[in-house]
Amino acid sequence: MKSVNNLEEIRRIISLHKRWDLLFMIIGIFALMIAVLTFMALFAHMLIDGMPRLSWDFFTSFPSRRPESAGIFSAWVGTTLVMLVTAFAAVPLGIGSGVYLEEYAPRNLLTEIIEINVTNLAGVPSIIYGLLALGLFVYQFGFGQSILAAGLALALLILPVVIVATREAIRSIPVTIREGAYALGATKWQTVSDHLLPYSSAGILTGIIIGLARAIGETAPIITIGALTFIAFLPPSPIKNEFPYVSIEWLTAPFTVMPIQMFNWVSRPEEAFQLNAAAAGLVLVVMTLAMNGLAIYLRYRMRKNIKW
Amino acid sequence: MAEESRTKIVPAGKLGYSFRRHLRERFIETFLFMSAVLSVAIMLAIIMMLVKESFIFFQHVSIWDFLTDTQWTPLFDDAHYGILPLVSGTVVSSFIALLVALPLGTIIAIYLSEFAPFTVREVAKPFLELLGGVPTVVYGYFALLFVTPLLQAVYPELPGFNLLSAGLVMGIMIIPYVSSMTEDAMRAVPMNLREGSYAMGATRFQTAIRVVMPAAFSGIAAAYILGISRAVGETMVVAIAAGMQPNLTWNPMEPAATITAYIVQVSLGDLPHGSIGYQTIFAAGLTLLLITLVFNIIGHVLRKRYREIY
Repeated sequence: MKSVNNLEEIRRIISLHKRWDLLFMIIGIFALMIAVLTFMALFAHMLIDGMPRLSWDFFTSFPSRRPESAGIFSAWVGTTLVMLVTAFAAVPLGIGSGVYLEEYAPRNLLTEIIEINVTNLAGVPSIIYGLLALGLFVYQFGFGQSILAAGLALALLILPVVIVATREAIRSIPVTIREGAYALGATKWQTVSDHLLPYSSAGILTGIIIGLARAIGETAPIITIGALTFIAFLPPSPIKNEFPYVSIEWLTAPFTVMPIQMFNWVSRPEEAFQLNAAAAGLVLVVMTLAMNGLAIYLRYRMRKNIKW
Repeated sequence: MAEESRTKIVPAGKLGYSFRRHLRERFIETFLFMSAVLSVAIMLAIIMMLVKESFIFFQHVSIWDFLTDTQWTPLFDDAHYGILPLVSGTVVSSFIALLVALPLGTIIAIYLSEFAPFTVREVAKPFLELLGGVPTVVYGYFALLFVTPLLQAVYPELPGFNLLSAGLVMGIMIIPYVSSMTEDAMRAVPMNLREGSYAMGATRFQTAIRVVMPAAFSGIAAAYILGISRAVGETMVVAIAAGMQPNLTWNPMEPAATITAYIVQVSLGDLPHGSIGYQTIFAAGLTLLLITLVFNIIGHVLRKRYREIY
């Protein structure tokens, strides 16, 4: 070890070391720039290739063998319907499970197992959920390769996201709110439904949006279920002219979704189809970015406005 | 006396034990409990489904052949069922991805946590989060139609499908996961450790590398492990950009299939339920689940340890 005699010497050594600070600052900004520039390149590439294909017709045409007249009509309708099923299943189950773990669960082995398990589920590759859905929903339950099976598969996939968001939102509510409610004679559920859920709704909503944004872009589990890539028709309409006016026939209909349509076009050798893929990708990216952006904005607003 | 005043304020029967109210509370609690237990049921269902179909598969194919055969051709007449070619594809693509994601993710995390001014962090963090939200199929498109042609400009002999571009793009894709978890771990390190280090005359860089990083070690390790498990389980990028031909190779310049890409390839075809081809995807899936499960458990243990330190 070098012996240091006076203050001047120490100052000299420190200022020498500070050069490394500057160097690392530059490396850090450079690393950040790589991530930023890659995204810019991705977006620009898709914009240049896909923008000319984006027109009203692109949204209202079915896929076709002729790339110029192919569109994403059945894909975005399919995505919308699948998302409906996903939200319908994942939201109540995710919130219920989050509320249970935060407010009801006793401290015991089962609770611990559930908690570890939620973390583990979040780490399971999405394609495994596809295999589960293929074996369980498609064949065992006999749902077939339908909107219902796909929606439920994606619901299972985003369940951990909704659970974790619910738990974090509820946990941030001060305990005094609960004590106040109990002091006025509220039951546990009254406390949860009248106080905790309303106050945590923004946080839970953020989680739901992030989860759904992820589900919209998921391709692998839906391919595994065996969704068809060439669907030139729409599922049966949920609204009927005769009594009972609503129908659930669409749940069992074959379908395609946006990412599958894009995958199908990317895998074709013809360049004209790859332009379609770029256009579909552009729509997909704008959709997921908008949803994630909304979630980030909501969280930002929440952090700024809520002061207990 | 207390009884009297109560009946004056609240009409009789509104307070005290109400059977309907009790029933409702129990009913709701049961529903909430069931939805919480569902997550365990999902996990069990995943394991049962994979094991059930794999069990039938392993009655046709011995585990020894599965682990040692160097060919994976389940759909050919001369069928071989060696998982090694798929594992090699998975290892090579994941390795390249991690070579990109771990260093860059760590540097970004150190920069954002220890160096960046407040405004840069406030802008960069949501941006990275958005980057993590881009659908993987879009990254696959980018790898095949942008990165591969770019690499071919440098190495003209590079085939159109290759593990290299898939791995590179996968790495970029994983950066946000690694950087945000690493940064969280570093920011969880108490301020007084940094202050102590600065007081000794250490610079920011020295403090970051020698004080903050060791203190956040298990959190950073957990972030790395989650990055690994994401790379191993990633599907669409490799399915699109690396080709889907099983190929026992360690050379990233070649096309090859990963475990996940094989599952996609089979699912795209029309395999009858209950055939051996149908069962192979479950055997492949079980292999994948076991690999990721091991990483997840290590990550969980590490994270738990780092939470306990402070």
